[in-house]
Amino acid sequence: MRFYAGIFGALLVLTALTTGVAEIDLGALNSPVAMLIAAAKATLVALFFMHLRWSGYRMRFAAAAGLLWLSLMFAFVLGDMATRNIPAQPAGWNEAAASAARSPLK
Amino acid sequence: MSSNVYPAAHFRSFDQQHEASELGMWGFLCTEILFFGGVLCGYTMYRLLYPQAWVHGSELNSLWLGAAMTVVLLASSLTMALAVRAAQLGQSKAIVVFLAATIALGVVFLALKGFEYYGHWVHHLVPGFNFSGYQAPDHPQVALFVVFYFFLTLLHAVHMIIGVGVLSVIAILAHRNRFSAIDHGPVEIAGLYWHFVDIVWLFLFPLLYLVGAHQ
Amino acid sequence: MTQPEWIAEPQSPPSYLNDGYGWRSWFLTTDHKRIALLYLLSITGFFFLGGFFAMMIRLELLTPQPDLLQSDTYNRFFTMHGVIMVWFFLIPSIPTVLGNFLVPLMVGAKDLAFPRLNLLSWYLFMIGGIVAFSAIVIGGVDTGWTFYTPYSTTYSNSHVLWMALGIFIAGFSSIITGLNFIITIHTMRAPGLTWFRLPLFLWSTYSTSLILVLATPVLAITLVLMGLERAFGIGIFDPALGGDPLLFQHLFWFYSHPAVYIMILPGLGVESELISTFSRRNVFGYRYVAMASVAIAVFSFLVWGHHLFVAGQSVYIALAFSFLSYLIAIPSAIKIFNWMATLYGGSISFETPMLYALFFIGLFTIGGLTGLFLAALGIDVHVTDTYFVVAHFHYIMVGGMVVAYLGGMHFWWPKISGRMYPERFGQVSAFLIFIGFNLTFFPQFILGYLGMPRRYHTYAEGFQTLNVMSTAGASILAVGYVLPLFYLGWSFFRGPLAPANPWGATGLEWKTASPPPTENFEETPVVTEETYRFPVREEMLV
Repeated sequence: MRFYAGIFGALLVLTALTTGVAEIDLGALNSPVAMLIAAAKATLVALFFMHLRWSGYRMRFAAAAGLLWLSLMFAFVLGDMATRNIPAQPAGWNEAAASAARSPLK
Repeated sequence: MSSNVYPAAHFRSFDQQHEASELGMWGFLCTEILFFGGVLCGYTMYRLLYPQAWVHGSELNSLWLGAAMTVVLLASSLTMALAVRAAQLGQSKAIVVFLAATIALGVVFLALKGFEYYGHWVHHLVPGFNFSGYQAPDHPQVALFVVFYFFLTLLHAVHMIIGVGVLSVIAILAHRNRFSAIDHGPVEIAGLYWHFVDIVWLFLFPLLYLVGAHQ
Repeated sequence: MTQPEWIAEPQSPPSYLNDGYGWRSWFLTTDHKRIALLYLLSITGFFFLGGFFAMMIRLELLTPQPDLLQSDTYNRFFTMHGVIMVWFFLIPSIPTVLGNFLVPLMVGAKDLAFPRLNLLSWYLFMIGGIVAFSAIVIGGVDTGWTFYTPYSTTYSNSHVLWMALGIFIAGFSSIITGLNFIITIHTMRAPGLTWFRLPLFLWSTYSTSLILVLATPVLAITLVLMGLERAFGIGIFDPALGGDPLLFQHLFWFYSHPAVYIMILPGLGVESELISTFSRRNVFGYRYVAMASVAIAVFSFLVWGHHLFVAGQSVYIALAFSFLSYLIAIPSAIKIFNWMATLYGGSISFETPMLYALFFIGLFTIGGLTGLFLAALGIDVHVTDTYFVVAHFHYIMVGGMVVAYLGGMHFWWPKISGRMYPERFGQVSAFLIFIGFNLTFFPQFILGYLGMPRRYHTYAEGFQTLNVMSTAGASILAVGYVLPLFYLGWSFFRGPLAPANPWGATGLEWKTASPPPTENFEETPVVTEETYRFPVREEMLV
């Protein structure tokens, strides 16, 4: 009982931390820090409240599978979004092709 | 009603039955991860596309209300974990007490959520009905954020309501001494579900309330 | 004088078919075998409903002019053909009928891990099916089975929401079934039945269930988002409001590409059982075939972007998707080659299930190889949205899945019904299906390559010969499908009684009576050796 209360205390501290840190502008680190703290809290709940710490490999496997598949979805969808507007041809490609066509070797 | 002496007919032992139900719940939570994940993927994509709109959008939510809801939900997770512990020890009365506390905290959370929705409604901040309450820059993109806010929190609230219903049934069963130290699978798997819904909120809190807090 | 009741107690328990009569004993049953039969009846109904729409499409395409159907009706018909066949026949077919029936038998258990959830799954399936059917009755849907935005959210005047609701509900039925299989295979195997002693049908069912569990929730949430956008005009996928229509396609195909492997993977499992039984040999490279099923399930999640090659996605991610799409050919080819190696030197006999199994190898190979054409970025641009894609898809789905389903139905029919089917009729209908199928869909490869676009009710005059061939083939195919309906129906009530193991097959399901008792086995079986250990036949030793 005291053990669970300790976990709960840690979760409260992390909640206070993330709320407090959110008031400070960390620039590009804002969202990674917030997500890191959320992940830490989620890990605490999963390991101790949900007993993953003491569960068999199958339960861990199930939890990991969900996260792995989610990360696949994120990787490809965000990968598409991030690279969609990069032109496939380098600048000046057409000129290069045209001058190659004019070259005496042909 | 009293607790079962034998496992369900198609199982060879309580161990097997228990393992099947626990693994079944974890498998279900795995589908839940992807259920929420589809929306979170859309959220992330648009957040990267419209970072400024997301900052404006999250300022429409009250940071302190969000933090209060987080604390309420974490407390409910604690009482849930204690209910499961009581079940493992075969203390039916303690199960009922802790489940009642969990249900009460869940209802408080839903009430706070309703209060928050009411605030959005009176300030005309509900896209699809009336989003005239927000007039500043990036109007359509901020509306997109608010759409995600409503969709994610509603989805979460629906899970909470289902959870409260399930826990109520289990509390009644526990009151009738249905569970024992060797046969308490339903308490454990309901606990897993409740904790998972809690974890979802732990991510929604920074995603929906903390994006623009530093400004 | 009548005997007292306690003397009349039978020697062996009654079969599951005789264990209780009346509607309650069926509609409130938790017996996986009875639920399998409930599913069999429902998906057969949906199959012929979807087949009716297919036949109307083919009849319309007999001539280049619009005569039978106008454009709007035609759009609705091909959409409903797709929706019904994909969600209410192909996805549930082998898993819910053969899987439900066989998984507990094959693992030596009394039932699935969650029998009541199994019944719930059938009810959800039927509710979803009825909602979808009512959407058809009140006017249907015209978006195509893919529900692409913004047409489905903004412009379509058909019953998109109602149909999406039906699919959403049926999706939960899939998830429950998948979970049930995974948990059963993990926790309820008989003593001695280790993972590498499992029949290959279980390996493929397990892999299918992984996809059901991991992919279906994404479809559900995508349909909800689409429905909300349609109902409330919020802009999740609408570019005018800051949304991105490609996000819908990504999320949709994150489910729907793995979904085509949900449809084919169980067929691959059935195939392994049939090939080994009718050539009386252990499956060549058992472990590789088993692992290939898992590999297909995993790879299936990495290739969905090949549906977006011309939709405007990033060319770099398209390159990655193209490469990964080629990769999935490797486990598929492992299976094909291993089946061939199993046949080699086997003692082959040509009963109906084996005919289906051999047809499957040919048709699945053609379907798979044309899939490689489509995975190639350049060729795909040429044939996207043509009949080439239609033909490829149907070679896998009909030539692969439906053929495997029928092969499996005939193979396990004696176990399911306790009676034999008429062999000659079976062989005739198998040949009719093979001929009719090729005549229907091979011309469509040519049509597509020549540039005939799909989803139009009219076409250029020059395409008519091939289209007439295709429609003629569809008629033969229809006869081939209706025949089993009659002779299997006859056999269920009047066929000659089947022994426990009519094919001399291995596997726990053949070690109990035909049809099995409700408890499946009189005592829990103990497994002591690998599956597919066929005894050497006496006549082979002479």
